[in-house]
Amino acid sequence: MKRDLLLFIAFALLIMVAPHFFHGGYLMNVLVFVGINTMLAIALNLLLGYAGQISLGHAGFFGLGAYISGVLTTTYALNPWSAMPLAALVVGCLAYLIGFPILKLKGHYLAMATLGLGIIIYIVFNETVDLTGGPSGLSGIPNLEVAGVVFDSDVKNYYLIWGVTLAVMLFSLNLANSRIGRALRAVHDSEVAAQVLGVNSRVLKVQIFALSAVISSLAGSLYAHTMTFVSPASFGFNFSIEVLTMVVIGGLGSIYGSFLGAALLTLLPEFLRGANDYDIIIYGALLMIMVMFMPGGLVRGIPALYRKIFKQKGEGDNA
Amino acid sequence: MQFDQILQYSLSGLSTGAIYALIGIGFSIIYNATGIINFAQGEFVMLGGLVTLSCLELLQLPLWAAIPCAVAVCTVIGVLFERLAIRPLRQPTPINLVIITIGGSILIRGLAMLVWGKDTHAIPPFSGDTPIAIGGATILPQHLWILAITLIIIIFNKLYFYHTISGKAMRACSYNRRAAGLVGIDVRRMVLFSFIISSAMGAVAGIIVAPLTMTAYDVGVMLGLKGFCAAIIGGMSSGISTVIGGLLLGILESLGAGLISSGYKDAIAFIILLLILFLRPQGLFGKADSERV
Amino acid sequence: MNFKVMNFILAAVTLLFSTTVFAAAPIKIGALFAVTGPAAFLGEPERNSAKMVIDEINKSGGVKGRKLELVVYDTAGDATKAVQLATKLIKDDKVVAIIGPSTTGETMAVIPVAEKEQIPLISCSAGSKITDPVKRWVFKTAQNDALAVGKIFEHLQKNRMTKVSILTVSDGFGASGREQLKQQAAKYGISIVSDDTYGPKDTDMTAQLTKIRGAHAQAIICWGTNPGPAVIAKNARQLGIKTPLFMSHGVSSKKFIELAGEAAEGIKLPSGKVVVADMLSGSDKQKKSLMAFVKDYQKHYRAEGDHFGGHAWDAVMLIRNAVEKGADTAAAIRDQLEKTRNFAGIGGSFNYSGQDHAGLGKDAFVLVEIKNKDWVIVK
Repeated sequence: MKRDLLLFIAFALLIMVAPHFFHGGYLMNVLVFVGINTMLAIALNLLLGYAGQISLGHAGFFGLGAYISGVLTTTYALNPWSAMPLAALVVGCLAYLIGFPILKLKGHYLAMATLGLGIIIYIVFNETVDLTGGPSGLSGIPNLEVAGVVFDSDVKNYYLIWGVTLAVMLFSLNLANSRIGRALRAVHDSEVAAQVLGVNSRVLKVQIFALSAVISSLAGSLYAHTMTFVSPASFGFNFSIEVLTMVVIGGLGSIYGSFLGAALLTLLPEFLRGANDYDIIIYGALLMIMVMFMPGGLVRGIPALYRKIFKQKGEGDNA
Repeated sequence: MQFDQILQYSLSGLSTGAIYALIGIGFSIIYNATGIINFAQGEFVMLGGLVTLSCLELLQLPLWAAIPCAVAVCTVIGVLFERLAIRPLRQPTPINLVIITIGGSILIRGLAMLVWGKDTHAIPPFSGDTPIAIGGATILPQHLWILAITLIIIIFNKLYFYHTISGKAMRACSYNRRAAGLVGIDVRRMVLFSFIISSAMGAVAGIIVAPLTMTAYDVGVMLGLKGFCAAIIGGMSSGISTVIGGLLLGILESLGAGLISSGYKDAIAFIILLLILFLRPQGLFGKADSERV
Repeated sequence: MNFKVMNFILAAVTLLFSTTVFAAAPIKIGALFAVTGPAAFLGEPERNSAKMVIDEINKSGGVKGRKLELVVYDTAGDATKAVQLATKLIKDDKVVAIIGPSTTGETMAVIPVAEKEQIPLISCSAGSKITDPVKRWVFKTAQNDALAVGKIFEHLQKNRMTKVSILTVSDGFGASGREQLKQQAAKYGISIVSDDTYGPKDTDMTAQLTKIRGAHAQAIICWGTNPGPAVIAKNARQLGIKTPLFMSHGVSSKKFIELAGEAAEGIKLPSGKVVVADMLSGSDKQKKSLMAFVKDYQKHYRAEGDHFGGHAWDAVMLIRNAVEKGADTAAAIRDQLEKTRNFAGIGGSFNYSGQDHAGLGKDAFVLVEIKNKDWVIVK
C-alpha cells in the first residue's frame, strides 16, 4: 500500500517537472492530449479491465461531455466551471439509465450494442445543426479561468489537464484497491460466483459504467475548453477503437498501463509523420503485433522482456 | 402515388438488404465456427470490388473471368489472414480477438489504399443499366443480379451445412467446439474453412454491389457494421434468419430515409439493433438460450 | 567514444554555419492538408499542387534569391490533429505562414491558433464563416459556397424555375451548402419544396430521390463531393427522373464524369474555371495561370489538375508575391497579402482588403454542363 503511494508520488512529480525539459515547444501540446487520452483510457479500463465489460462507444460519452460543455458555454453563456459538472451529471444519468438494459448483454453483443450507441450519439451531433453547428463544428468555446488566470497556452493547459488526470488516476487506484475494486474483479472472473458471494453484480456493473461515462465526459469537457472548438468527426467510431487500443496495449486492469497506452498511441503519429501515407499500415501492423507478442500489454510485457534479456545474459556469463 | 413510393422504398431496401445479408452470413459463419467476431469482414467486401477492377483493367479479363479470379484472390487473402493473425494468437481471449481483427482490418485497408489509391472507382454493370419498371417503381438489372446471386449463395450454404461431411462438422463446432474435437473433428481445419467461406462470400458481395455503389479502399467499414447488425438481428445464424435480418434492415432503412428523415437513416438501423438486443438478445427468431456457466 | 561524438558535433556545426553563410536561409512555409482520410480527395491534389509550384519557383531561382521551403503535414481531416500540427508548424518548424487546412471544420479549429500566434493562415476550404467576420490573420483561396449557390440560383431565376428540391451530404461541405441554399433562396424568389440529406458513405439514395420525385420540384440541387453525387446521378436515371439536376462545384472534376458515366449527361454545375481552361476566351485574365497550372500538373503527376489543387496553387503564389514585395516575416506577409489586387489565379481574380479576406467575386465561377463526357460552358 505504501509502495503504491510512493510510486504515485514519483509519477506525479515526474509529470509536474516534465515541462521544464520541453521549453513550451510543440511537444507540450501533444502532452496535453496524452493527458486527455489517459483519462479516457482509465475510464474505459475501469469498465473493461476491472469489471470485464467491453465498450466500443466511449467516444460518444467523450463527445457528449465536449458538446454539452461547448453548447452551454457558447449559446447559453454559462460559466465553464458550472457547465462541466452539469455535463458530467447529464452524461452520468444517461449512462446509468442505459446501463441497465445494455449491461445485461455479454461479450460481442455488448460490444455491438455500445458501438451502436456510440454511432447514434455521433449521428445526433451531426444532425442537430441548430444546436451543435452540425458537421462544421462549434467554435468560440471559452477557455477555463481560475482567479483571473486564463488557461489559453499549452503550458497552462498542461498543468490543468494533468492536474485533473492525476486526480482521476489517484481516485482510480484507490477504487481498484478498495472493496469495490475487489468486487469488480470478482464479477470479471465469474459473475455467478460473485453473485453467490453476495455481490450485487448488476447494480455494480451499471455503477461502474456510469462512473466510466462521467470520467469520459469530464475529459470531453476539458478537451472542448482547451481546443475551443469541437466537431463531430473527433467523436466517431474510430476514436472509440483508438481508446480501446490504448487500454489493451497499455495493459488491461492497470492504471499506469492506461497511461502508457495513451502516451504511446498519442505520440506514435509523431514518430510516423515521415512515413506519410504508410502510417495507417504501420498502425494496423503494430496493433496486431502487440496482441500477438505482448498480450498482457506494455505494463506486463516490458518487465517480462527485460527479465528475459537479463536472465539470458546472466546465463551467458555463467557459461 | 403513395403506394408507388413505398414500393420503390421497399425494392431499394431489398437489394441493399441482400448485401447486408451476405456480409452478415460471413460474420455468422466465422462466429459459429470460432467464436470470433471478424471485424475485418467488411474489408473483404472492399477487396472483392477492387480486385475485380484490377482484373478488368490491368489484366484485361472479361467480366465472367474477372469475378472468379477476384473471389479466388480474396479467399487466399482470407486464408493468409487466418494463418498469420488468428492461428498464432497465444491468448485468444474475446477482447484480443476483437483487437487483432480490428488491427487486421486497418492493415488491409491501408494496403488497399496504397495499391488502389484513395479515389473511388466505378465498375461496369453486369448487363447494362436500362431501368426495369415494376409497378410504379423502377430497378436496374444489377438489382436482379444481386437478388439472384444472394439466393444462389444461400441455397449452396444450406446444401453445404446440411448435406456434406465438412459442413456438418462445422455445425458441430458451432454447437460445442470441445465436443466436436473429442469426436475427431479437426477444429482448426474447420476454423480455416470458415475463413475461406466467409472471405469468399464477402468478396462476392463486394463484386455484385460495386456496379451500383462504386467502390473505394474505405467502403468496408460501414458495410461491415451493417452486415454485423443483420447477423445480430438474425441471432448469428448462418442461414435464413440472417438473410431476413439483412433484408429487414435494408427495407427499414430505406423506409426510414424516405418517410421519417434521411439524416437519421443510419441511426434508425442502430436503434433497431439496440431494441432487438435489449428485448430479444437471441435474435428476432431465435429461442432463448440458457447461459452456460 | 566521447571524442568521436565531439568530432561529429563539430563537423555538423561547421556544416550548418557554412550553409547559412553562403546562402540566405530559405523561407519556410507550412501546409496542413487532409492527405489521408475522408477528405483525401481535397488534400492530395492540394499537397501535390503546393509541392509542384514550390519546386517550380525554386527551380527558377527562388524569390529574391531566397528559396521557399514547404513543410507539409497530413491532418487526416481531423480537427484535433490539425490544431496540434498547426502548433508544431509554428513552434517547431518556425514557419512564416500556413497554407490550409483542407476542410472548413479543421480551419475553424486552427483559426484561434493562428490568431494567437500571429501567423497568416491561407485556408483552402470553402466555408463562408472562415472569413466572415474578417479575422486579422486568416485568408482563404477557395471560393465561398455562397458564390456557387448564387451562380445556380441566377440560372434558375433566368429560366423561371421557382421550386427546387435540395439533397445535401451530411458533412461540413454539405452542411455549409445547405445553409447557403436555404439562406439565399428567397432573394432569388425560389422556394425549397423538399430538403433531404444523405451520409457521406451512403451507397443508395433512391429513397431520398423517390421522396423528391413526389415533391414535384422544377430542379434538384445536390450538394456533395465524390462519390455520393455520382450515385445520386445514377439513381435519378434509374428512377427516370426528368427534372434538371444541378450539382455543386464539389464534383467539378473528370472523376465525377467517369464515376457517373451515362448518368452524368445533362447535369449542370458551377465550377472553377480550371476544367474549362482551354475553352476560355483569350481575354480572360485567368487564362494564363490556368493553362500553366494544367500543363505543370500534367507534367508532374500525369493527371488532370483540379480546382482543389488550384486552391493550394493560389495560396503559394499569393505568399510568393508577398515575399517578392519584400515581406519575409509573418507580420509583413500578412500586410502584403491584404494589399493583393487583381491577382489572377486558379480560383479567380483575387482582391483582398481590410474588409475582405476571401477576395473573390462572382466571376470566379462559370456554370458548366456535362455533354458527351466533357464540360461545356452554359451561357
